[in-house]
Amino acid sequence: MTTIGVLALQGAFREHIRSVEASGAKGILVKRIEQLDEIDGLIIPGGESTTIRRLIDKYNFLEPIRQFGKQGKPIFGTCAGLILLASEIDGSYDVHLGLMDIRVRRNAFGRQRESFEADLDIKGVADQYNAVFIRAPYIEGVGKEASVLATYKGNIVAAQQDNFLACSFHPELTDDHRITEHFVKMVEEAKKSLAS
Amino acid sequence: MAQTGTDRVKRGMAEMQKGGVIMDVVNAEQAKIAEEAGAVAVMALERVPSDIRAAGGVARMADPTIVEEVMNAVSIPVMAKARIGHITEARVLESMGVDYIDESEVLTPADEIYHIKKDDYTVPFVCGCRNIGEATRRIREGASMLRTKGEPGTGNIVEAVSHMRQIQSQIRQLQSMSDDEVMVYAKEHGAPFDLLLEIREEGRLPVVNFAAGGIATPSDASLMMQLGADGVFVGSGIFKSDNPAKFARAIVEATTHYDDYKLIAEISKGLGTAMKGLEMNTLTQDQRMQDRSQ
Repeated sequence: MTTIGVLALQGAFREHIRSVEASGAKGILVKRIEQLDEIDGLIIPGGESTTIRRLIDKYNFLEPIRQFGKQGKPIFGTCAGLILLASEIDGSYDVHLGLMDIRVRRNAFGRQRESFEADLDIKGVADQYNAVFIRAPYIEGVGKEASVLATYKGNIVAAQQDNFLACSFHPELTDDHRITEHFVKMVEEAKKSLAS
Repeated sequence: MAQTGTDRVKRGMAEMQKGGVIMDVVNAEQAKIAEEAGAVAVMALERVPSDIRAAGGVARMADPTIVEEVMNAVSIPVMAKARIGHITEARVLESMGVDYIDESEVLTPADEIYHIKKDDYTVPFVCGCRNIGEATRRIREGASMLRTKGEPGTGNIVEAVSHMRQIQSQIRQLQSMSDDEVMVYAKEHGAPFDLLLEIREEGRLPVVNFAAGGIATPSDASLMMQLGADGVFVGSGIFKSDNPAKFARAIVEATTHYDDYKLIAEISKGLGTAMKGLEMNTLTQDQRMQDRSQ
C-alpha cells in the first residue's frame, strides 16, 4: 500500500491524514527524520510557516526533505507548505526548501478578515472546486519547469513541477478530496517508476 | 464569488494554529522575541494578566497604538482582547485588521449578562470555557475557537487542568447517551441540544480548544497537550520568567513534542526561575477571573 507522510510539527496535520485515508492511501504523522524512509510521498501542511521552519531547523529536517524530493519522491505543500517549497519568497532568495521554481508572496490576500472561500477550476484535477484561503500566499510567477494549475483573479494559486505539487488554499478543510486523490496518484506513479 | 468571514474560514484559521503556542506580548520587542521563538500567533495587550491582577481597577482593551505596533512588528497573526460584551471594543479591533479577537474574562466585563454576538463579525473570536455548557453557548454565539479559562496570571496550572478534564469527560459522557438523555443534559447544562448531538456524533468539539490560564513551564504545556488541548496560550509565563526567549523556545518545543519526556527534560535544564505563582486559596472571590462569565 502507498504510504503518505504528513509533516506533523505544527498545523492542520490531522485533517490531511483524514483526506489521505479517504483517498485510498495510508497516512502517517511524520515527527522525526527517520520516518521519511517509511513513506512514498510527503505532505507539508498549512500552519504558520515561520513556526514550521523553526521546528524544521531544530530537528534537522531541511536537508533530508530536500533529498527526499530530489530522489523523485512526491511532495505536496499547502499554504505554509507552498511557502516552504518556493525558490523565492517576498522578493528574497532566503528560502526554505527551495524545491519548486516558483516566486511566492506571503499573506498576499491580506489579513484574516480578508480570508475567503471561492470556487476554482484546477486544470486536469477538478472543476468547481471549493477552495478555502486563510491568510494565504499566492504565486507571483513560475519558472519554465513549473506549470500553473489554477488561478484566482489572475493570481496563481496552484502549481505543479515534476514530483512537486503546491497550492495556496486548504484542501484538507473540506470533504472534497480531489486534489489529495491527484497527489496520491502522483505518489503511486512515482513509486512504480522508482521501483523499476 | 468569494465569501469572507464564513465559519470555514474563521474556524479554519484556528485549525492552522494547532500544535502551536500563542504568546501574550505588550510591545514590538516582545512580539519579535515570540515570533523568533516559534509562536504561531501573539496576543497584543497593554499588560499581561499577572500585571492586570497587580494593578487592580478596570482592565480594558489595549491602547490601539500597542496593537498597531505589534501588528507592524511581526508577520504571524495578531490577536487582541476585548471586554466581554463590549461590542465597540470588538468592532474597533476588527476595523484595525486584528486577526483574532479574544472576548476575554481577563479584562473587566462590560456586560454581565450578554456576550458579543460573534457570528455578526468577519473577524473570528476565541472565548474561554470551563465546561460543555460554556463551550457550546460560546460556539452558538459564534466563537470559532475555544480555550480553557484556567485562572489567568497565576502561573498555577490547576484550574486549566480541571477545565480541560471537565470538558473531555463531558464529551465522553455524551457519547454514551441516548437522544432523550441528551435532551435532559442540554437542559441541565444550558447547552444547545443540536450542538450536543453533533459533539456526540463526532466525539469532539466542532472548533479547536486550546489550553490557557496558568501555563508557566514547558512541562505545563506538555501536560495540557496530553489532556487533549489543541495548543496552548501562554500569558504571563514567558515575559515574567527570568529568560523570556529561552522560556518561549522551550515551551514551543514541549508543545510540539509533548510526549517526548527525554526532550522535555533536556529543554527544561537551566531555564532559570519560572514566574512566581499564586495559590488558588489566596484569591478572594472577586479576584477569580474565571467566574466573570458563564
